[in-house]
Amino acid sequence: MQKIAPKIEIRDLTMAYGDFVIQHDLTFDIATKDIFIIMGGSGCGKSTLLRHLVGLKAPAKGQVLYGNTSFWEALPQEQEKIMRTFGILYQSGALWSSLTLAENVSLPLKEFSNFSDTQIRELVSLKLSLVGLAGFEEFYPSEISGGMQKRAGLARAMALDPEILFFDEPSAGLDPVSARRLDDLILELRDSLGATVVIVTHELASIFAIGNNAVFLDPETRTMIATGNPNTLLAECEHPTVRSFLTRGEEAE
Amino acid sequence: MTNDTYGLKYIIVKQDTLLVQFYGSWEVSDDRRPALDALKSLHQKTRLKKVEFDTRKLSAWNSGLLTFLLNIHAFCEKHNIEMACAGLPQGAERILSLALAVPENKNARSAPEKVPFVDKVGIWGLGQISAAAEMMGFIGEVSIACLKMFKGSARFRMSDLLLFIQQCGAQALPIVTLISLLVGLILAFVGAVQLQMFGAQIYVANLVGLAMAREMGAIMAGIIMAGRTGAAFAAQLGTMQVNEEIDAFKTMGIDPVEFLVLPRMLALVLMMPLLCIYADLMGIFGGALVSIGMLDISAVEYYNQTKASLNLTHFGVGVFKSAVFGILVAIAGCLRGMQCGRSSSAVGEAATSAVVTGIIFIIVSDAAMTIIFTIIGI
Ligand SMILES: Nc1ncnc2c1ncn2[C@@H]1O[C@H](COP(=O)(O)OP(=O)(O)OP(=O)(O)O)[C@@H](O)[C@H]1O
Ligand SMILES: [Mg+2]
Repeated sequence: MQKIAPKIEIRDLTMAYGDFVIQHDLTFDIATKDIFIIMGGSGCGKSTLLRHLVGLKAPAKGQVLYGNTSFWEALPQEQEKIMRTFGILYQSGALWSSLTLAENVSLPLKEFSNFSDTQIRELVSLKLSLVGLAGFEEFYPSEISGGMQKRAGLARAMALDPEILFFDEPSAGLDPVSARRLDDLILELRDSLGATVVIVTHELASIFAIGNNAVFLDPETRTMIATGNPNTLLAECEHPTVRSFLTRGEEAE
Repeated sequence: MTNDTYGLKYIIVKQDTLLVQFYGSWEVSDDRRPALDALKSLHQKTRLKKVEFDTRKLSAWNSGLLTFLLNIHAFCEKHNIEMACAGLPQGAERILSLALAVPENKNARSAPEKVPFVDKVGIWGLGQISAAAEMMGFIGEVSIACLKMFKGSARFRMSDLLLFIQQCGAQALPIVTLISLLVGLILAFVGAVQLQMFGAQIYVANLVGLAMAREMGAIMAGIIMAGRTGAAFAAQLGTMQVNEEIDAFKTMGIDPVEFLVLPRMLALVLMMPLLCIYADLMGIFGGALVSIGMLDISAVEYYNQTKASLNLTHFGVGVFKSAVFGILVAIAGCLRGMQCGRSSSAVGEAATSAVVTGIIFIIVSDAAMTIIFTIIGI
């Protein structure tokens, strides 16, 4: 355990769908053991940025560096090795709908580890109980609520104790108590298991509570307009869009 | 009592308090079952009241330690033993309390049990009955939607209808061409071998013409459409079911049968007769190729013989059948799509079963219609 997860560096990243540029010239670092928040208005390209970071979509320009390896210039084997260290929660949950929750969580364990069936079963119930879903092992994704699907997706992302966790809006659809518990869990994943966590979230309370670094994407100028600790941003950032976001629009733009 | 091999020591301090001393690294990769068994037998010998932990010699840990602690917790819970977490690493203690924060779902489901054979037969039979009832219900809904359409109050989009007409009309032509041409060829070959023995090869024209017009044109077009369009309908509606799009129609007060099923069915019913006539002609053309190439019959002779052997009734029978097949294929496809479950594999099953149901419908109804036509002498 406590392996040093490589630092992630984003250099001059431009993201586009065809000719349609979503964001350009993003440059920031995600340090090991950061809880890094990606924020910005709806539709500004947060999920798209995450897709670039986890290797699902190649950038139009620029680099994503893991340690010293530039992900998109690396050989397929190297890419796969890097991707193996990820745990990802998709915005829509993306649970495999024809598998039960237990099978969803255990599939990566069965494929990428040589644990015995008992160990896998115990790990699965540990992960599910960490997200408050103990006892739902044999349910299918279509039989549980939206928020529960989200949490089950989280359990699947944590299955292999990954070094880097990417969460796309983990607390969307959760009640305040579960959302708070989720924050605690994310902190523990970082503090005790040494994970680096990259989160897309709009939840101001958790942004300030757990985030220690952040980037703010602006939909109008199509680039990042602020980066740093969210609390520092709240105290010091002058940019009206950022201020308005961090104060829920109370300080009008 | 010690248990050195498994990275921990059990030490009884005071009479009924157990100190669990961890050392070394605790990763998932090692099997800790024996350590648990040891704990159980220990408890049988000395009734324990309390378990404490000492982790000062623990060098590294991950989920492996946590699953072990969860096991101990469950054991303590069961035997009313107090578990003092103070000695655990702080992170582990906090994660453990997170894991135990939400009580386990009491309606937990265990993995499905083995069902005896007789039960299976019974369940299957009941399933068939309710499936038949569901199908009847669906046909009823479709009929009501059709009635509404004739009254002009059915709600669907004309652009959808035109799109489906294009998909199951023009876009199906290439494959219909290929298949029916080949079927005509095959019929001609099979007939030629027999008829040549009597020097009656000219009757190949009758054989191919009648077979294509009355049966094969309609059946071939029907089966092609079941495989091509019926499956597509089932997959489209099934995916909409998975994404709750059909629910969205319902709650918005739009009848999905009117909005989704009706245009699909209408398109197929309108296009199938046209495809059928086209298939007939292609089949006859295929027969002509064989006759002209192999049997020394001239094109004119073949044409005249075909014309003499066929009348409009023969074509009418085929066209009528194909319209029926169109309805059946559309019903099979849409029914399976609407019945689709909420998972990706359910969509695949829906598409498969749409094709199977469609083909069964086609063959069975064709047999029934052929018998009826023979009895009433058409
Ligand atoms: N597959 C795609 N093809 C073309 N454009 C796309 C595609 N996916 C997303 N977009 C566009 O990219 C932009 C950013 O989308 P993205 O999903 O990254 O937003 P987001 O910041 O995650 O928003 P939200 O907070 O609502 O999830 C949007 O304007 C969207 O229209
Ligand atoms: Mg998004």
